[in-house]
Formats: sequence, structure tokens, C-alpha cells
Amino acid sequence: MTNSSPLAVGRLLGGTAFALVLGLTPMAASTPKDTLVIADKLDSSITMDPAEVFEGTAAEVMGDIYDRLVRFSEKDPAKPVNDLAQAWSVSPDGKTYSFELKPGIKFASGNPVTAEDAAWSLQRAIILDKSPAFILSQFGFTKDNVAQMIKQTGPLSLTMTTDKNYAPSFVINCLTANVACVLDKKVVLAHEDKGDLGYAWLKTNYAGSGPLKLREWRTNEVIMLERNDNYYGRKSILGRVIFRHVNESATQRLLLEKGDIDVALGLAPQDLDAVAKEKELKTTATPLGSVFYIGLNQKNPALAKPEVREAMKWLVDYSAIAGTIMNHIGVVQQNFLPNGLLGSSNVNPYKLDVAKAKALLAKAGYPNGFKVTMDVRSSQPYQGIAEAFQQTAKRAGVDIEILPGDGKQVLTKYRARKHDILVYNWDVDYWDPHTNADTFARNPDNADTAKSKPLAWRNAWDIPGLTKLADAAVLERDTKKRAEMYKNIQTEFRKNSPFVMLFQTIGVAALRGNVEGFKLGPSTGSTYLFNVSKR
Amino acid sequence: MNPRTRLFRAARTTGSFLGVLLLTYLGLLAVTFVIGRVIPIDPVLSVVGDRAPEALVARVREEMGLNKPIWEQFWIYICKIARGDLGVSLLTSNPVLKDIKRAFPATMELATAGTIIGAGVGVPLGVWAAVRKGKWVDQTMRVVGLFGYSVPIFWLGLMGLLLFYAKLDWVGGPGRMDVAYEYTLTSVSGLLLLDSARAGQWDAFRNLLSHLVLPATLLGYVSLAYISRMTRSFMLNELSQEYVVAARAKGLSEARIIWRHALRNAMVPLVTVIALSYAGLLEGSVLTETVFAWPGLGLYITNALQNADMNAVLGGTIVVGSIFIGLNLLSDVLYRTLDPRTRER
Repeated sequence: MTNSSPLAVGRLLGGTAFALVLGLTPMAASTPKDTLVIADKLDSSITMDPAEVFEGTAAEVMGDIYDRLVRFSEKDPAKPVNDLAQAWSVSPDGKTYSFELKPGIKFASGNPVTAEDAAWSLQRAIILDKSPAFILSQFGFTKDNVAQMIKQTGPLSLTMTTDKNYAPSFVINCLTANVACVLDKKVVLAHEDKGDLGYAWLKTNYAGSGPLKLREWRTNEVIMLERNDNYYGRKSILGRVIFRHVNESATQRLLLEKGDIDVALGLAPQDLDAVAKEKELKTTATPLGSVFYIGLNQKNPALAKPEVREAMKWLVDYSAIAGTIMNHIGVVQQNFLPNGLLGSSNVNPYKLDVAKAKALLAKAGYPNGFKVTMDVRSSQPYQGIAEAFQQTAKRAGVDIEILPGDGKQVLTKYRARKHDILVYNWDVDYWDPHTNADTFARNPDNADTAKSKPLAWRNAWDIPGLTKLADAAVLERDTKKRAEMYKNIQTEFRKNSPFVMLFQTIGVAALRGNVEGFKLGPSTGSTYLFNVSKR
Repeated sequence: MNPRTRLFRAARTTGSFLGVLLLTYLGLLAVTFVIGRVIPIDPVLSVVGDRAPEALVARVREEMGLNKPIWEQFWIYICKIARGDLGVSLLTSNPVLKDIKRAFPATMELATAGTIIGAGVGVPLGVWAAVRKGKWVDQTMRVVGLFGYSVPIFWLGLMGLLLFYAKLDWVGGPGRMDVAYEYTLTSVSGLLLLDSARAGQWDAFRNLLSHLVLPATLLGYVSLAYISRMTRSFMLNELSQEYVVAARAKGLSEARIIWRHALRNAMVPLVTVIALSYAGLLEGSVLTETVFAWPGLGLYITNALQNADMNAVLGGTIVVGSIFIGLNLLSDVLYRTLDPRTRER
């Protein structure tokens, strides 16, 4: 090199780089035929243990890899049907539920599924007492009494006794949740460490009987499932399902267009627009059990005035936001129950009406509006919603200062109820109206030291009357009457609550044209991948 | 000098060096720890989520030792570190060491390839620009450098993907490899290129390379922008020295003067520049890793910080700190080989 001129060096380098790039063979632009590749954000998955899993893709795949006594129907994903159970009944006093299991079912390990496994799995969730345990412990189970309350009564039969005579629809709906998955007791206990009921092991491992089984999970990287050939029902059509962590919407879209993935689960509205125009791609959408809302902290004296609360509801341009920021991903919903849940309502009376809001503000003693802060997650669609609201509120003199923050930061402040206004969303914990009534319309104790801190508490909304109504609804055994009760609660809620309910989230998946049978489920764990095939 | 004093001296140098090292680490950890504890994010949230009952939240807070005074928490942490225990990540539930062992090789592959490109292309280009100072080559390099420095890498990454992956199909897409290889490639060290080459899985190797080439070129371009500018200025400095005039007077060829004499001297400060730029890339480039869905260290630490997952953040900090310290040491050693004046007699 000592004798070559700098110019020659440059030519050489350029040439080498070019040759290197050209030398690479083009990629095969499709995924293997028996494998479904899904791009998703995997960073909120922290465990694969059904007793602890609550959020993210890990919670989603539980519907495919584990069975429970009852699960949501494949045809109508809001209707519970028997899964491992063959039949169930309630005692006349409404407290004891008896389950009979289907005979001859095997776990992926080959072990038979027995009532012992089913009862033990429920007991284990209560004893471990992780985040989702409350879905079961709300029936009065504790670490001390659960062995008596949930009992094996025969090789294939078990009973479960609740502390009150709850609405059977409520109890059965809760049993479809991930926390009620049935585990292979023998396999889990074989990996027990110092009496932890296999907790440390199951975090990253698998002991179920679902149509697919977990092959490998690498945090923030990949979740791999494969067909469970021991499954008792119709076997999965696909041999493998791979979730890959792809955070960026634009990156997901590129991968999908190129055929390197089959499904994209995290596309932003503008990318969905683009995907809709392409022939070899398609989309599928399902309204989810998730709502967006604006919370008004009642500790703020201005926001505590009933007229101000109502005025805020007239200061949101619902349809404009729905047509832009929430395009494809949300529909207007001004009630706390998302559509699809028992007792949900489609009464959406509010629209942007500045004059009306001004009159209400004047009545409350704020003819010229007031200044207030609003905490917002610094990501879409929260930011877009907040900015739109800031603009329309200003027209009535309400001067909102937006305080952007990271998700967990905003949440920490919210949980300490130190905000004024906040834009957030809420996902149902299980597919029953009580989950949202419990948090939006129940606040048994509004003190700072309260034992339970639902969303009504976080916004310091003291509501003994509504709390009573919600408590009654969960005990109503006539399903029709029960639905009516939730409708009434929501009528009152729409008028007076410090919650400006905005939208119900729509889940959208973008797919390659050759993917068949992919349908997003409305609740966690009801997107059944074992039904999917590829042409 | 008698051997005993020499030994004593060496011991003293090593001792003081270790002392400085220890203090550096301690300071690094203390600052990171305090930041982690004062940011307004509740770490319990990452463990139990938003839905857990209050009683559970309180229990976990107690279990995590968050009710203790911050200095006590720090002391407990330091004691653990001393035993070689980096703790468990809240987010992934894995031991932090295991997480880092997985994330770091991904970053290392990318950073190494990026630095090879950055230095391999940047140094000659810088030399060239210095030799042709003020000519079109120099001007072009200035624009290229400025572009690399000022255009967001995020945008460059997406454009690169659009052109070379989506339209031209020259390179692999986001991710470290095609899905088909997720099942067949087993990794020992985490350095997948190395592992696949060692196992003789050449099609996997090619696939890995095709995925690496674009993000590495991109990182290489950014560091090239910096390295070439620095090379140019070091070279200009050298070329104006008297020994260059003397060499020319002696009748040496221009190429020999540039490559053998001037560059050799410019190399000394340049080594530090390259080492620091390498260290910067080894920290993980969050934006590049995001666009290319590259499961590296930058994403890991950022994600941990956003969730107040302090064990992971501190573990990552130790690794990044060690890289800087290690590369500084390395450039010191290289100094000594390159510059005879720094050698002890």
C-alpha cells in the first residue's frame, strides 16, 4: 500500500464495499409454510407462569398453550364454553360449583389430566398470590382456606365453594382467565425449589395441555410455540408459531411487505393506511376490552365542581380524534364498559360543544376558564389525544399544560393521585362487567390509606351510592337483570363521573394474503392461533 | 536499580492503579444508584403491574428492600456485587449477568463491524482529505462527514432498509437472522457469526452477515464521519512539521512520506479516538437497535431504565464502565508501542 496514491486507496475501498454488498444472495421472501411468524412488542412479557402472567404477548399465548376448565368459544369469543370440563353445575344456595372433567385428556408431557391437577392449579395461584390472584381470591379464597374451598372429589371431579352467592356468569367468566389455567402438577412439582411450587422454574418453562406448547422464550427477543401432538381436540394446523420482538411500526411494516413475517401486531394508523392499499396484504380488526379516558382528579378544587366535570366532556372533539389519531385503532365509547361485555351501552351523548361548556364553566364560577396540568405518556395515541384536547379546551378558556412522561413515570404519579388531569387507558382484567365496574364505579374507601385503590380512588371520587349498586350487581344471579343494573350504573356514571370516557380500542392485525383463520380475540388469551393456516 | 526496589515499585504502581479502578467503579455505581432511586418511577410496578392489590404491592416493596434508607440499600447492593452477584432483573426475571451475556455479544458484533468499517474507511479518507486540503475531495468529505453527523441515524436506518432490503433485496431485514435459522442455529458464545463459522454452518453465516451488513455500515458511517475528520486534522498537523519538509528534501516519495511518516505519528492520538468511538458503539446504539430490531445492550439498558429495573441498569453500567476502562488501558498500551517516547527505559 505504500506505493499507491490515496486516490487509488479510495477506489479500492469503494470497490470492495460494493462487491461485498452485491455478493450477498437475495433473501427468500417468504416464511416456512408450516410456521407463522408474528412481529409484536414483547417487552412487557415478564413470565410464562399462568399464576403470574398478566400483560403482553405472554398473556396472549396462554390461550394457545394452556387449557382451563372453561374457555371462550372459538366462534363467539365472548361466550364461555367447556374446555377441560365436561359439565358444571351450581348448588341451590349458589355457593358451590361442581366440575366434571372430560376423560382421557393428556398433558403435553403425556401425563393424564386429572381433577387433582385442576384443583391444585387453582390452589397454587392463591398460595403464590401474584398480581392476577385477586381474580380468584375475590371469591373469598385465602392461603389458609383454599384447600377446603377448592377440593378434588373424585378422579375427574372437583368442587369450588365461594363465600357469597355470586352471579354464576361472574364466577364462570373469571374462570376463563389465564390465572385459572390447569397445570401439570407432576411436572411442575418435579422442578420445585424450596417449596416454591415450581414458581422459579415455570417462569420460563411450560407444563400445560393446550393445542400449542411453548418451545422457547427469550425475553425481548422471541417466543416460539410448536404443535402439541398430545392435544385432545383438533390438532393445530401450524407446526410452529414464532413471535419476534419488533418495536418499530415502520420496521414491522417493511418486514410484512417483504414477506419476512406473516402478521404484524403493532402497526400505527399511518402504516395501517399504507397496508390497506396493498394487494397482497390484508387486515383484521376486533374491538378489544380496552378503553381510553381522561381522568379528572377530584382533589383539584376546580375539577371537583360537577359543572366543570360535565363541561370537560363537552370539550373533546370525539369524532375528529376518532377520524385521525385513532383511525383504525379506536371507536368512540363514552361508557366504562367496552362493547361486547355484558351490560355494555352504546349511548354516546357527548360531542364538541364549546358554547355549552362555557355556560357550564360560568355556572361553576369559571367564566374565563382556569389553568390546569395534564399528565400524558409520551407515546401515541396518548400524546395526540392530549394535544387535541388541549386545543379544544382552550376555546373555552381552560388552559392545559401538558406534562409528558414515560409510561411508568406517569403511572407512578397517577397511583399516588398527584395529577390534575391525565389521559390513560384501561384494559379489562377478565371478561366480565365487574372488572370495570369494580374500578370505575366502586370506591369503598376514599382515604389516602385505603386498602384498595381503584381508578375511582385514584381520581378521589367518593361514591358510596354507586359502590353499593356495583356490589349488588355482582350478586345478581339473573343475567338479564344483571345487565340492566350495569346499564343503570353507566347512566349515572356518564352524567357525573370525573372520567371523560373517549374510545374503545380496536385491535388490528395486518397479515399476508395467504394467512387464513387469523382472528384477534377481544380478551387476553382469546386469539386462537391453533386455528390459523397458510395457503 | 536493584530488583527488590523494582518489584516494590511495580507493586506500588499496580496498587495505586487498582485503587483508582475501585474508586472509579464505586463512584460510577453510586451515581447510577442514586439516579435510579430518585427518578419518579416506582420499581414495584415493574414486578407486580398496575393491577395488584395494595397488600401485595406493600409486600413486594418490603421484599425488595425499598423501605430501607437509600444508603443501606446501596450497601447491600455493593456487598452483593463483591460476591459477584449482579442480582435478578425485574423485567426479564433472569439473572442480570445472564441477560447481559446474551445482549452484549449482539452489540459487540455490531460495534466491531461498525468500527472496522469506520476506521478502515475513515482513516484513509481522512488522510486523503488532508493531502488534498481545500480541493474537491476535501470539500466532498466535509459534506459527507457533516451529513453523517447531523442526519438522525433513525431516519438513515429506515431509508437504508427501504432501499437495500425492501427494494433492492441486497441485504437481510431487521433482526439478527432469518426466522428459519432461529431453530437450527445453536449459540455457544452469543457471537453468532463466530459460532456459525466454527460449526461450519456457512449458509447461516451468510444469512447472519446479510443482516449485519446494513446496521454495521450505518454505525460505521457515523463513526467514519468522526474518525475521518479527526484523521484529517491530525494529519494536517503532522504534514506541517519540519520532519516532513526534511523528508521531502531527502527526496522520499510522497506516498512514503504520507503513509510511513506522517500517518505513523498521527496514529498515536488517533488510537484514542478510535478506541473511544468503539467504546461508544459497544454501549449499544439504542436507535439503531430499535430500527433493526437488534436485541443488544442499548435496548436492554434503556428498557430497564424506563422501568426502574435498577439491577439491570447497574449491571449494564458496570459492563459499559468496564469497556471504557478496558479500552482506555488498551489505548495506553498501544500508545507505548506506537510512540517510543512513552516507553520506560
